[in-house]
Amino acid sequence: MSQADLTIPGHSAAMAEPAFSVPAKKMAMWLFIIADTATFAGCLVAYGFLRNGTPNWPTPFQFSPTVLNAMAMTFILVSSSLTMLIAIRAAKANDRSGAFLWTMITAAGGIVFAVLHLREWLGMIDEGATLFHNPWGTPLFGASFFSITGLHLMHVLGGVVALMAVGIRYKGGRYQADDLEITGLYWHFVDLVWMFVVPFVYLLNVGH
Amino acid sequence: MAQNEERVSRGGMGRYVVVYLAILMLAGLQFVLAYQHVDGSQMFARMLLIAVAEAGLALMFFMHLWEEKRGLLLFVTVFTIFVIAAMQYGWPDSFRMLGGAPGTTIAPLAH
Repeated sequence: MSQADLTIPGHSAAMAEPAFSVPAKKMAMWLFIIADTATFAGCLVAYGFLRNGTPNWPTPFQFSPTVLNAMAMTFILVSSSLTMLIAIRAAKANDRSGAFLWTMITAAGGIVFAVLHLREWLGMIDEGATLFHNPWGTPLFGASFFSITGLHLMHVLGGVVALMAVGIRYKGGRYQADDLEITGLYWHFVDLVWMFVVPFVYLLNVGH
Repeated sequence: MAQNEERVSRGGMGRYVVVYLAILMLAGLQFVLAYQHVDGSQMFARMLLIAVAEAGLALMFFMHLWEEKRGLLLFVTVFTIFVIAAMQYGWPDSFRMLGGAPGTTIAPLAH
């Protein structure tokens, strides 16, 4: 039974063609990305609101270790976007083992990013900063820092799991290049969000 | 999607490497800017501008939005900008938290 047979009478024209000629799975990912953009934008705007309205907002981040760590994490995440593109390119060329290898390299980049992130969190927690406490002043600093970076870290970890799952299924022949490309869209989005988290959450809080 | 596959494979890796290097350079510029002694609002504006440029490159080339139908490009751009713009209505209130409503004074909190 074709899709045309399943359309509701009177709605056939609307349902016959996929929106913007984009396949349904890819369109679903774009819609998710738009929704997730709103989530992150909401968090960053709320953080800006608190920062703007709080006198003596702390600027505790030093070049070493925090800024250096953020530089390393940025390099790893942006580089993992490039390796993802290589994986997708290999998949389009029907090179299943090459695509699998580069997808796993991308996932490994995500794991290194998460390890660096957790190391930084542990360092801050050792100094007394938590979700509800901040040794440098207002507790709102700890609350906003850990919630925004935590939300992003959760996306990275989710992306690593997705990359591994889709990569393995792609290699086994159950998934196609399109599935890898759609997972890649998510991974690039995680990278894109980091481009806003670094300047606003880290670099505007650098101590001079 | 077959059309997209053709477009992706035609592009070559060279373009992606150039975009990758451009994003890394812009990110590096942000780290340099963080140590400039400029006013907070100036710093914010510069950081935002660079972040938008980085995100634009990633969206258009890494996520291939530039190669999709113009309808999808418009759909994603218009919806995203509208949602983000709609969140900006509260900024005046964040200033009032510090300075109070115009013409009023804030009593110190009792401890």
